[in-house]
Amino acid sequence: MKSKIIAGLMLAALSGGAAFAQGAPIKIADVAELSGGGATVGNNWKNGIDLAVEEVNAKGGVLGRKLEVSHADSQSNPGIARAQVQKALDGEPYVLLGPGYSGSVKVTAPLAAEAEITQIMGGEAAELTQGGNKYLFRTSFGQQSSMPKVAKYINDELKAKSVAIVWVNNDFGKGGRDVITKEFAKYNIKVAADLSTEAGQADFAADVSKIKAAAPDAVFVYVNEEESARMLKELKRQGVTAPLIGETTLVGQKVVELAGDAANGARGHVGLTTDAPVDLVKAFREKFVKKYNYVPDHNGIKGYLAIYMVKAATEKMGKVDPKGVANALHGLTIKAAQEPGILMDVTFDEKGDIDRQGFLVEIVDGKQVIKQVLPKLN
Amino acid sequence: MSNLLDLLVAGLATGAIYAIVAVGFTLLWQTSQTINFAQGEFVMLPAFLMLAAMHAGVPFWLAIIFGILLSMLLLGLGFKMLLVDPMLRHGVLPLAIATMALAIGIKEAVKQFFSAEASPFPSIVPAGDISVFGRLVSLQSLGVLALAISAVVALTLLLNRTSLGHQMQAAAQNPTVARIIGVPVERMILLTFLINAFLVALASLLITPIYLAKFSSGEVLGQAAFIAAIVGGFNQVRGAIAGGLLIGVVDNLAAAYVSTQYRAAVPMLLLIVIILFRPQGLLGRPEERTV
Repeated sequence: MKSKIIAGLMLAALSGGAAFAQGAPIKIADVAELSGGGATVGNNWKNGIDLAVEEVNAKGGVLGRKLEVSHADSQSNPGIARAQVQKALDGEPYVLLGPGYSGSVKVTAPLAAEAEITQIMGGEAAELTQGGNKYLFRTSFGQQSSMPKVAKYINDELKAKSVAIVWVNNDFGKGGRDVITKEFAKYNIKVAADLSTEAGQADFAADVSKIKAAAPDAVFVYVNEEESARMLKELKRQGVTAPLIGETTLVGQKVVELAGDAANGARGHVGLTTDAPVDLVKAFREKFVKKYNYVPDHNGIKGYLAIYMVKAATEKMGKVDPKGVANALHGLTIKAAQEPGILMDVTFDEKGDIDRQGFLVEIVDGKQVIKQVLPKLN
Repeated sequence: MSNLLDLLVAGLATGAIYAIVAVGFTLLWQTSQTINFAQGEFVMLPAFLMLAAMHAGVPFWLAIIFGILLSMLLLGLGFKMLLVDPMLRHGVLPLAIATMALAIGIKEAVKQFFSAEASPFPSIVPAGDISVFGRLVSLQSLGVLALAISAVVALTLLLNRTSLGHQMQAAAQNPTVARIIGVPVERMILLTFLINAFLVALASLLITPIYLAKFSSGEVLGQAAFIAAIVGGFNQVRGAIAGGLLIGVVDNLAAAYVSTQYRAAVPMLLLIVIILFRPQGLLGRPEERTV
C-alpha cells in the first residue's frame, strides 16, 4: 500500500511537474549590509523587503505563488558580499536583491549577470549601470541623475562660487565626487577644498578645520549615514556656518536621529523620503512604523520597492521565468495607480536606471521639510 | 595658523580621552601584568550600559551613575575575578590572548543584544562656543579636556599624596616586600581594576557623543590607547598621559597635513621610532615598575 502511494506520488510529480511547481514559493535571495559600517543601510533594506513580501503574500502572492526571501549578511564588506552572492546564486533564486553599497554591487553584478539572474540593488554610484550589464537595476537615482540637480541648486539657489567637497573614499563617494566636480566646472564653481575621508572614520576634527580654513560658500558632504552624522556634529562643534548640501545620505532619517540638533539646516536632494508629500508613501511609512517601531530611511523604501518591481515584472510576463525578469523590466513603466506598492510612478530605461520624481529637502527642527518637488522627466 | 590652533584644541581633547584610557592600561600592567587588549571595548561598553538604562526610562544623570557603577562591577571586579585571576597564573601571554577573546565577545554581544547600528548619545558638555583670547573655541572640546585633566590630576594626587596611593605603589613595585610591611596587596590590585573601570566609563561618557555609540568603536580607541601607553612609557602614569595627548595631537595633525588615508599609520610610525631610540618610552624608566 505504502509503495503504491509513493509510486503514485512519483508519477504525479513526473507528469504534473509544472502544475506542482505552480504552488511552490518563488525563492528570492537578498544579500545586504546587515552588520558593519552599512548596517543602517542593510537593515532598513531588509525590513522594507520583509514588509513588502508579507503584504504580497497576504494578498495571495505573485501569480498565485508566495514569495520566500532569504537574507544573507555581507558585513558591509565587498569580499564577503561576493561570496554571499555566489552562494545565493548557487541556490538558483528567481531574483537577487541587494547589496546596498555600490562597492559590493560592483563586485557582485558580474556574477548575477553570468547566471542571467536579475539583480535589483540599492547602489547609487554612477558607473554601476554604465557597463552594459543587462541584469542590473536600481531602486533609486544613480549619481548621474542626482548630482546635476544638486549642482544646479547650489548654483541657482545658493549662488555659491566656491564649494568644499567632502567625500568618502569608496566607490560610492568617489563616483559622486567625480560627477559633481564636473557639474561644478560647468557652472564655474570653484572647488575650495577636496577632502577624501575614510569609511567608518570616527574623528572629523581635522577635516572640518580644513574646511574652515578654506572658507567656502557652501559645503557638499557626500559620505555614508553614520559618518554624515559625525561630520555634522563636528561642523557644528567648530562653528562652520556655510550651507551644508548633500544627497540622501546627509539628510536621511538615521542621520537626523544620530546627529540631533547638528543636522538642522542640512539640505539635500533625495529621491526617496518617507516625508514625501505622497499619500502612498505616507501609508507605507505608517505600516513600516507599526511593524518595526521606527521611521525608515530611504533604504527601507528601496527594499520595499524592489519586491514590487519583481511583482510588476512577473505579472507583465504572466509567468515565473527567472531569465525573463530583466527583459520585462527594461522600458517598463509602473504606475502607482495600478500597483500601489510602487508608491510613485517609475520608468526603467534600457540601462536599468530609473526615472521618477525627486525632492529637495532641508532639516528643520529635526524633521525633513520638502522644499521643492522635482518632477519625473518622462 | 588659526587652523593649527583648532587642530591642537581638537587633538588635545581627543588626546585627553586617549590618555585616560592609556592610564588605566598602564595601571593594570603595573599591578598585575595584565595587557588588556579589550581596553577599547571596555570604553565602548559603558555607553551602551548607560543607553540601556536610559531606554528603561532612567534620567541621563542617573544612567551615568548606573553605567559607571555597573562598569566597575563588570569591567573591574568581574574582569579581575573571572578572567585575570584564573589566567594570570599561566603567564602574561595567555592572559593577553584571553583579553583579545574578551574583546571579540563584548563586541559581538553588544551587536547582538543592542544593534549593529550606531546610536546617538547625549553629551554632558553643552554645545556652543566660548571666546578664548578673541577666538571661538568649542565648549565641548574644552569641557572634555577639562574633565579629562581633572580626572588625571585627581588620580595623580591619589597615587602620590595619599597613604592609599603609596600602598598601591608599594604593591606594584615589590609585592613581596609590600606584603611583609603589611600592605593589603590583593586589595590594592583590586582597587586598580576598579579605578581602570571608572576611567574607561568616564572616557566612554566623553567620547561617545562625538564618535556615536557603536559596537565597533572600541577598536580605534583601544589601539590609540595602547600606542599612547607604549609611546609614553608603559610603566609610568604620567608617561601614559603624555603619550595620550601626543597621539591625539599627532593623529589630528597627520589627518590635516599628511592625509586622511595614512593618518592611522603616523602614530604607528611614531611608536616605531620611539621604540628604536627610547625603548622605555618618552617618560618611562627602564626596568622599574611604579604606578
